Amino acid sequence: MRKYSVFAIAREAMRGHKGWNEQWGSPEPKSEYDVIIVGAGGHGLATAYYLAKEHGVRNIAVLEKGWLGGGNTGRNTTIIRSNYLYDESAKLYDHAVKLWDGLSQDLNYNVMYSPRGVMMLAHNVHDVQVFKRHIHSNRLNGIDNEWLTPEEAKEFCPPLNITKNARYPIMGAALQRRGGTARHDAVAWGYARAASARGVDIIQNCEVTGIRRSGNGHVTGVETTRGFIGAKKVGVVAAGHTSVLMQMADVRMPLESYPLQALVSEPVKPAFPCVVMSNTVHAYISQSDKGELVIGAGTDQYISYSQTGGLHILNHTLDAICEMFPMFARMKMLRSWGGIVDVTPDRSPILAKTPVPGLYVNCGWGTGGFKATPGSGHVFAHTIANDNPHPLNAAYTLERFRSGRLIDEAAAAAVAH
Amino acid sequence: MAEPASFRVSGKGRLGSKGANFTFDGASYQGVEGDTLASALLANGVHLVGRSFKYHRPRGILSAGAEEPNALVNIERDPSRKVPNVRATVQEIYPGLKAVSQNRWPSLAYDVGEVNNIASPMFSAGFYYKTFMWPKKAWEKFYEPKIRAAAGLGVAPDLPDPDHYSQRFAHCDVLVLGGGAAGIAAATAAAESGARVILCDEQADLGGALRFEAGAMVENKPAWDWAQEAIAKLAANDRVRVLPRTTAFGYYAQNFVALAERVTDHLASPNPGLPRERLWQVRAGRVVIATGAIERHMVFADNDRPGIMLASAARTYLNHYGVSVGRKVGVFTANDSAYQAAIDLKKAGTEIAAIVDIRPASEGDAVQQARALGIEVLSGHAVVKTGGRLRVSSMAVRSVNVGAERVIPVDALLMSAGWTPSVHLFSQSRGRVAFDEASQRFLPGTYAQACVSVGASNGTDRLEATLEEAYAAGEKAAKETTGGTKSAARPAGVSGEAFAGGMLGTTPGAENGTTVAAFVDFQNDVTAKDIRLAVREGMHSIEHVKRFTTNGMATDQGKTSNMHGLAIAAEVLGKDIPSVGLTTFRAPYTPVTFGTIVGHAKGELFDPTRRTPIHPWAEAQGAAFEDVGQWKRAWYFPRAGEDMHRAVDRECKTVRETAGLFDASTLGKIEVVGPDAAKFMEILYTNPWEKLEVGRCRYGIMLREDGFIYDDGVVGRLASDRFHVTTTTGGAPRVMNHMEDYLQTEFPDLKVWLTSITEQWAVIAVQGPNSRKIIEPLVEGIDISDAAMPHMSVREGRICGVPTRLFRMSFTGERGFEVNVPADYGQAVWEALWAEGQKYGACAYGTESMHVLRAEKGYIIVGQETDGTVSPYDAGLDWAIGKKKRDFVGIRGLKRSDLVADGRKQLVGLRTKNPRTVLEEGAQIVANPREPVPMTMLGHVTSSYWSENCGHSIALALLQNGRKRMGQTLWVPMPDGAIEVEVTGTVFFDPEGGRLNG
Ligand SMILES: Cc1cc2nc3c(=O)[nH]c(=O)nc-3n(C[C@H](O)[C@H](O)[C@H](O)COP(=O)(O)OP(=O)(O)OC[C@H]3O[C@@H](n4cnc5c(N)ncnc54)[C@H](O)[C@@H]3O)c2cc1C
Repeated sequence: MRKYSVFAIAREAMRGHKGWNEQWGSPEPKSEYDVIIVGAGGHGLATAYYLAKEHGVRNIAVLEKGWLGGGNTGRNTTIIRSNYLYDESAKLYDHAVKLWDGLSQDLNYNVMYSPRGVMMLAHNVHDVQVFKRHIHSNRLNGIDNEWLTPEEAKEFCPPLNITKNARYPIMGAALQRRGGTARHDAVAWGYARAASARGVDIIQNCEVTGIRRSGNGHVTGVETTRGFIGAKKVGVVAAGHTSVLMQMADVRMPLESYPLQALVSEPVKPAFPCVVMSNTVHAYISQSDKGELVIGAGTDQYISYSQTGGLHILNHTLDAICEMFPMFARMKMLRSWGGIVDVTPDRSPILAKTPVPGLYVNCGWGTGGFKATPGSGHVFAHTIANDNPHPLNAAYTLERFRSGRLIDEAAAAAVAH
Repeated sequence: MAEPASFRVSGKGRLGSKGANFTFDGASYQGVEGDTLASALLANGVHLVGRSFKYHRPRGILSAGAEEPNALVNIERDPSRKVPNVRATVQEIYPGLKAVSQNRWPSLAYDVGEVNNIASPMFSAGFYYKTFMWPKKAWEKFYEPKIRAAAGLGVAPDLPDPDHYSQRFAHCDVLVLGGGAAGIAAATAAAESGARVILCDEQADLGGALRFEAGAMVENKPAWDWAQEAIAKLAANDRVRVLPRTTAFGYYAQNFVALAERVTDHLASPNPGLPRERLWQVRAGRVVIATGAIERHMVFADNDRPGIMLASAARTYLNHYGVSVGRKVGVFTANDSAYQAAIDLKKAGTEIAAIVDIRPASEGDAVQQARALGIEVLSGHAVVKTGGRLRVSSMAVRSVNVGAERVIPVDALLMSAGWTPSVHLFSQSRGRVAFDEASQRFLPGTYAQACVSVGASNGTDRLEATLEEAYAAGEKAAKETTGGTKSAARPAGVSGEAFAGGMLGTTPGAENGTTVAAFVDFQNDVTAKDIRLAVREGMHSIEHVKRFTTNGMATDQGKTSNMHGLAIAAEVLGKDIPSVGLTTFRAPYTPVTFGTIVGHAKGELFDPTRRTPIHPWAEAQGAAFEDVGQWKRAWYFPRAGEDMHRAVDRECKTVRETAGLFDASTLGKIEVVGPDAAKFMEILYTNPWEKLEVGRCRYGIMLREDGFIYDDGVVGRLASDRFHVTTTTGGAPRVMNHMEDYLQTEFPDLKVWLTSITEQWAVIAVQGPNSRKIIEPLVEGIDISDAAMPHMSVREGRICGVPTRLFRMSFTGERGFEVNVPADYGQAVWEALWAEGQKYGACAYGTESMHVLRAEKGYIIVGQETDGTVSPYDAGLDWAIGKKKRDFVGIRGLKRSDLVADGRKQLVGLRTKNPRTVLEEGAQIVANPREPVPMTMLGHVTSSYWSENCGHSIALALLQNGRKRMGQTLWVPMPDGAIEVEVTGTVFFDPEGGRLNG
């Protein structure tokens, strides 16, 4: 892998950038791999990278039905934070945040992790109770999250409307300073490049259509649109389409797939310094390095695999944004889109072995898995390599939905992303 | 005073003579009413209008329409009415219009940011992914802020938007998108065939390409005139709505199309009653897509200098606005239509330096005409570079097969690489485009909705064919939707112009291997070599190319650039265009103002505010209110000099000493009626209901399938087949949905009907030892003695002469009643009760006191003591589960191993060692306060108050194995030290419960 740096760019600038080579290869599939990862989103690519880097697995392929990073990884609004309530979540997401900090250097790819602060607004007494509960729990878990008065919140985010006559006045906010954003495409590309450099075959335009098992039930490989490919182990990391894939191995998943929409404004000069989320008025916003306001809200109400959005959803989202930031009413929406998110009953992911030997699953990240990308890949690689979960994902089993040992962040906070 | 515009060509154009002065970057100019800002600037010889995104290159006006990537300005009507990134080609001028250029400092002509241009070889596509990583902290502290400041175009408004926006919903038989020749024809045909029609166009004047196509004829008159007559006829038809300045921006499921109408942005002093913009949400029987085609630029070196523009734009400025875009104009084309621009300009007296045609030999009519006018035509030639800085000053021309360059001075350069059909809305409708090899363009292929594309957007080139196609489509759409049979008369005498030819990708001199700056996407400064670099770096999917280079991601969304980008990528990939594929077309077609989408939903109207019938009384008493869902609830009733805590202390004491009145109207109420009502209740709630006697009440718990508490409330049985169910305030709608869901999907055989009666009944809780005395004189027909009406019973009768459902129940632990009366009588009955209450010194109390009083008794609040992870066992409500019941929602969930395992969090009370210390709600509980982080947390404080009645603070908590920890000392660590607490039972006041009947 050719090292990226300002010096390399300068050298290339003098010769018309002719010397750059492909960031990842486009190999033909081999007949068999030790590990096949299905889905070249951030989580799948990170899994492959850590399998190669930390577990010495040499023969890995990532199969992607479309183009790498084109699923939710390339559609999300990139909010990163780790101020989750339960110990299991706080530890897993914070593991990711720690990896974010240093990921650019590790991958030698600028993923633009920008810890500009994520602020969650409290609009009523209930919000205050919930946020305080998070703040206390986070503090005792060693995770930063602090309470701000409305005035402090406005100081941190000057466009905020803290007037008392707002429909839902702001009673305070919880701020995680290490929270922020990153550049989604760069995350997929950085992992793809680094994995490819370690010999991982990334095979795009290769849809998995079946999972083959031997007589004793063990996975032997996958059927794809490019033929059968053998594998000793298969890790499914397919976000909104996980249920469909797992059905191929007769595993029924406790997942529902919902469309989740987002939009950006036209680019403007810096006008918004941080990330602000409000669950009560129901929207969140940040500004990308390009200058676009990046805006989203909750999922559609009905399950669907359609990525076409409905105007009514954007309507509610923008109502909320303009209510909190009335000066943005004259801004213009430039693009809107949707992704299909895989939602579990407790809104926490599944990172686990499955009843099928050799088949592993990483899914259920729902509306908020981008932030976990490095951590998720890291522990999932461990799970596959050792056929045993890493301590950080030991709780994220499939069985928990049978036993009731849930990690119910949604119930705890009803905060998405 | 502004100079008269010197590039105005007398006798040309269709604008009137009414002048309108405006300013651009502080300088005054004269325009004419009907001008766009672009045409008015060009009339004044101003070409330099903006700076590009990345390299800050000087940029002019490329187009005469919505596809404009370069000429973006800030329009400042007043300090709170600023709009960034407005396309000068769309903004109409009005007297006093103030436009300011963007993305430059200190001025448009001298922009420091232009150093980026000098360093541009460093800033290749995606360069930022490769650098700014060292030292690590510098990204966040230094590089990123710098990048952010350099990026972005205009400046966001910083004051609240004072304008308002409105929304209309409309239905029609036929919706026609685009008011060019095709759209007008389709709308006319549909209207004449009897359909209700809506026709919209983004321009101020309908007519589309007829604005410039001066040679086109319909009914033997200039097509423009025909169009204006047709539009007048449409406008006069009351079954037709013609919407100019209206952009169809989103095509959603089931022929639902969103239109944004600009109502006042072109007016000097708009009537304040008018909305600034209006959102139309149209559901159409049939949609006719007549969105035309967009001309592409040529991709050659330095093709971005001000003065270089699309040929059709120059022609529009001449024929529609009466403006010549230069004095000595060059043309670079791969397409016949650009010749017409040269011909029209020449005829209007503008010198044409040369027409450079990349095609080997073109001998169509247009070429002949041009030659006949004495214009030099250089076939088989290319423009390989241009000169000039703030305005193009020359073009260097050579044969396409190398050879000597000839430098020709020009002050404007027109280009045409052909036309891209506007399939955006077709594609948004989920229709699939198909690549037409012969014409090298994507055309509508497979349709997904009831729509049809006509004219240029369908790849139909000639006007004759376009009109035929559009009439037929309009007629068919009308017949299909109205069932009518009338046909529309076709116009005669139609003749159009030639649009043949075109090319995709780079021109000679900018081909693969060269390093010139040949722009594909102007605004984002994406050059042909950036696209090739992306491919070289492994970006083989067009989506990767797009994201890596940002081609097509600017505010114009690649309307002129996407096809070129695709062709360049395909060339280096060695693939054909269709196998590289097209990027997705996403709504909106052009950017849409947030406010337009929001409409009136702001401030008070952001979300409905629900107020109880007693609200005005509480307000008059000076109550403080809190938001609970959409409700405003009286929080506490401070008297003079009281803060919240004093008020609450007094209210709580008064209730227990004598009585208090509480407005409980927000509680959700559902009437469950029918022969199977009890059976249904058995399923939805954990408690047994079949045997509940008529006239009695029971506290019910509702679970989700997973066994966790979903809602609770007191339920009264009014008759054997009728239950009056109450829910939590916040839970009312979701409980109703939950019930309906089960009734309709799981138990459709049950004869049960559900009615939300939340708004129908006002509820006044009268609580306290004197509660009976207060209501007694007012109640008629109900024996409210303890014997006749014990705790947890319900009676129907009258109070103050109006019907009541009177509940004997208590959420305070005191003797109490809840008086339900029809909402309209709520305030009157409250006032009557209040008057009675005054005799006993009763108070009004709010939600805060309600919370304290119930916590003193250990009563839970769903959503506070529970959070969706708490089972009835955890909450200490085992008694509310019907032990003999075989089924209810959640029964299986409750039996899951983890729900019956040891170590669950259970509801307990906490007392602080220092009785005056009030814990913070949400604070965590630990056994060892000195344990280092991460600490082992045992639970958290769910409710915590100062209890004036107890004389000490009280708290409820969910605590691991809590019921086994009675009497234990635990700690609540706070940032400034841990607080010592003792685990207690949950009831702090009157543990025997005697006061319920006291
Ligand atoms: C609009 C939106 C906003 C969001 N905002 C945030 C946010 O702010 N913060 C946050 O943390 N998270 C956010 N998320 C969630 C986040 O995007 C996801 O949780 C995360 O990106 C999931 O990554 P992934 O790699 O698992 O999935 P993906 O990136 O979706 O990757 C899965 C891949 O599997 C492929 N695949 C599927 N089926 C097959 C098959 N049969 N064969 C081969 N390949 C297959 C897909 O093509 C896809 O590329 C958001 C999501 C959306 C849609």
